[in-house]
Amino acid sequence: MSDSKDLKYAKTHEWVRQEDNGEVVIGISDYAQKNLGDITFVELPSAGDKVTRGESFGVVESVKAASDLYAPVSGEVIAVNEALEDAPEKVNESPAGEGWMIRVRMEDPSGLDDLMPESDYQAQNG
Amino acid sequence: MSESNQTTGERTPQLKRTPLHALHREQGARFVDFEGWEMPVQCRGILEEHRAVREAAGLFDVSHMGEFIVAGPQAEAFLNLMLTNNISRMSEERAQYNLMCYPDGGVVDDLIVYRRSEEAFLLCVNAANTAKDFEWLERHVNSYDCTLQNVSDKYALLALQGPRADEILKPLTRAVIEHLEAFATEETSVAGRDVILSRTGYTGEPGFELFTPWGDAEPLAKAILEAGSALGLQLIGLGARDSLRLEAGYPLYGHELSREITPLQAGLGWAVKLKKEADFIGKETLRREKSDGLKRKVVHFRTGTRRILREGTPVVADGREAGRVLSGTLSPMLNEAIGSALVDSDAVEQGNLHADLRGKSFPLQLVKPPFYTSRQRKS
Repeated sequence: MSDSKDLKYAKTHEWVRQEDNGEVVIGISDYAQKNLGDITFVELPSAGDKVTRGESFGVVESVKAASDLYAPVSGEVIAVNEALEDAPEKVNESPAGEGWMIRVRMEDPSGLDDLMPESDYQAQNG
Repeated sequence: MSESNQTTGERTPQLKRTPLHALHREQGARFVDFEGWEMPVQCRGILEEHRAVREAAGLFDVSHMGEFIVAGPQAEAFLNLMLTNNISRMSEERAQYNLMCYPDGGVVDDLIVYRRSEEAFLLCVNAANTAKDFEWLERHVNSYDCTLQNVSDKYALLALQGPRADEILKPLTRAVIEHLEAFATEETSVAGRDVILSRTGYTGEPGFELFTPWGDAEPLAKAILEAGSALGLQLIGLGARDSLRLEAGYPLYGHELSREITPLQAGLGWAVKLKKEADFIGKETLRREKSDGLKRKVVHFRTGTRRILREGTPVVADGREAGRVLSGTLSPMLNEAIGSALVDSDAVEQGNLHADLRGKSFPLQLVKPPFYTSRQRKS
């Protein structure tokens, strides 16, 4: 599991981790998974699909609610976490690790500038 | 991320609390506003709690439910007018499932009636309907020689449910629980507290419900939890209560039953005694509905996927809308989304029903509930 200090957050509770090769990995925050409760289903795009910043790229469901996932950056989906299809509970168990959702090649790296560091995100959702 | 179907409410100071509020808070429960009550929705997690009840046992706080006492020489006659089941066929210390209807057959509420003596009955009603039910009963009681009393704030209600419920309760009571049959009740004591012990429940599992004075509920719950902790007993919130009742195929008012859905449509004809002497409210309409045939009915379905089809999702047959989903959840035991729907009878006959979720079609496999109980697993 990666250190959540490396992550940047969107107001809509997705995290982004920047990789060395200009790609980013996206998931949802620990705060979000706790609020959702037991996650029962995750719908993700396919590799090759485009995602657009601020627009829905999938759905995460718990027993009590279905929630849209919003892309924190724009770009092309390089990989999706297929393990979540059979084991969506990984999002609860390890939201910043095995519960990652998609890997994206960003169109414009400056898109990351609007995201919050961990400390600001924590302060917002304390 | 944004929650589009959020069921939780803000905590506000005017919410009512049950006597087990502090106990749930100590256990780290998460609370929601449920019809004006600040109720625990989950303690350790809905899926874990659900499995605990199917595999061991769970303790539920349902003290928010309403209780009325109807007593007097004509109490039986009055209830036979107001309710669909045959009250006269219930002996003392027995419980009976009932529906209370409007003249048009729509449902005021579903409830359990407990016969305490020849002339005294305890009614247990849904929390959301307590005020409405009391007014409805009050409006009709005057011409009967009996009294109607709302004792909702005097009685707390605990439910102990699961395959190990008997084992947990046995050392705490002098009641001979192995002789307590389904829907039998006994006035006794548990852990030194006065209770009405009832062999009833809302999970499909063996177990009990315990009415106790409001002030005794917390020590009673603590004693039961202590006795059951080594046997896997957990505190259960309303989230798992809902998935357990749906998996067992029990109706919930506001979903499978409502002002608009009759008991016959809900598949509860067994609790509607059209042949009983009393002309209960709704009898004429329901008799006509039965002889004319049901235009629509409540069905239960499996989906083969984990995608939950939630309340309001359209049900489609041959390209036309034929109904809507009433309840949907993930069955933790089947690891599959299940639910109920109200569907036109001709579409049910034809089969081939689908749910339409945001343009995606999900085939529905109709099943007769229960979807799952621990008793099935053993057989």
